[in-house]
Amino acid sequence: MKTLEELEAIRQKTLARISLRKEDKEEAVRVVIGMATCGIAAGARPVLTAFMEEIDRRHLRNIQVTQTGCVGMCRLEPMVDVITPDGNKVTYVKVNPEKARMIVADHVVNGHPVTEYTIGAAEQQA
Amino acid sequence: MRDLSLHLLDLAENSLRAGAGRISLQLTLGADGALDVVLEDDGCGMEQGLARRAADPFATTRTTRRVGLGLPLAAANAEKTGGYLTLDSVPGQGTKVHIRLMTRHVDCLPLGDLPQTMVSLILTHPEHPDFVLDLHSPRGQARFDTGEIRRVLGPEVGLQEPEVMNYIQHLLTEQCQMVFGGLIS
Repeated sequence: MKTLEELEAIRQKTLARISLRKEDKEEAVRVVIGMATCGIAAGARPVLTAFMEEIDRRHLRNIQVTQTGCVGMCRLEPMVDVITPDGNKVTYVKVNPEKARMIVADHVVNGHPVTEYTIGAAEQQA
Repeated sequence: MRDLSLHLLDLAENSLRAGAGRISLQLTLGADGALDVVLEDDGCGMEQGLARRAADPFATTRTTRRVGLGLPLAAANAEKTGGYLTLDSVPGQGTKVHIRLMTRHVDCLPLGDLPQTMVSLILTHPEHPDFVLDLHSPRGQARFDTGEIRRVLGPEVGLQEPEVMNYIQHLLTEQCQMVFGGLIS
């Protein structure tokens, strides 16, 4: 069973890392996932989990994963916005865990949006 | 919705939108297989008229669209098993949703991944509010409270830190397994 002692050890380790992080002033990348009824029914929760795991696996820091409500395009859910520190926002549609991992690798880490999964690409097809 | 844990994630979003400071979820499994799920928040609450109409798909406070499906879908899934959904709300005090499901009914949804629902809520709302999960079954009980985790972590370390989220996920998985493992799917 997990104990509070274990949590205390995590606190100590994290504190040391946070003090390092404060020195580099790089701004956060924001990953915003649609989590209204439509998003959840379409599979937003495993997408959120995939982002969390991939960010953790790659030891990425300074990534903020957050959520939003329904934006009125339920047929395109799960939708994810990636907002980089330069203020650019890319909207991905019909995201699944596999696409989420690719978005982390190509866009969040390497700065190249995955064009074929964006809302622009989806609307050209329609 | 494929399982109960997804319904609860969805309904918890209502509590978040209501500006709750504390959202508590209680699951009690009886020896007869009845599962009582109580979601309680201290958010803004609803006027009686709206609370009465909340399970109607065409009742919503949204101005962007005229439908809201969260509660109606959950109510339908409860009623399919011979259970029900009730809603009590006091303006300014909070809202309580009670879902009763007969888990031995063939149409009952599986419980799903409850730890993942909690982790999703906490990760996307690391600072506020507090989330509480209470589990009871004939086998035992367990309690999870982000307030307790916060007390250990202190003000400097946030819940969203990957190691902390990892800890929370493992703790919740152990608790769910201990209380419900093998009793309900």
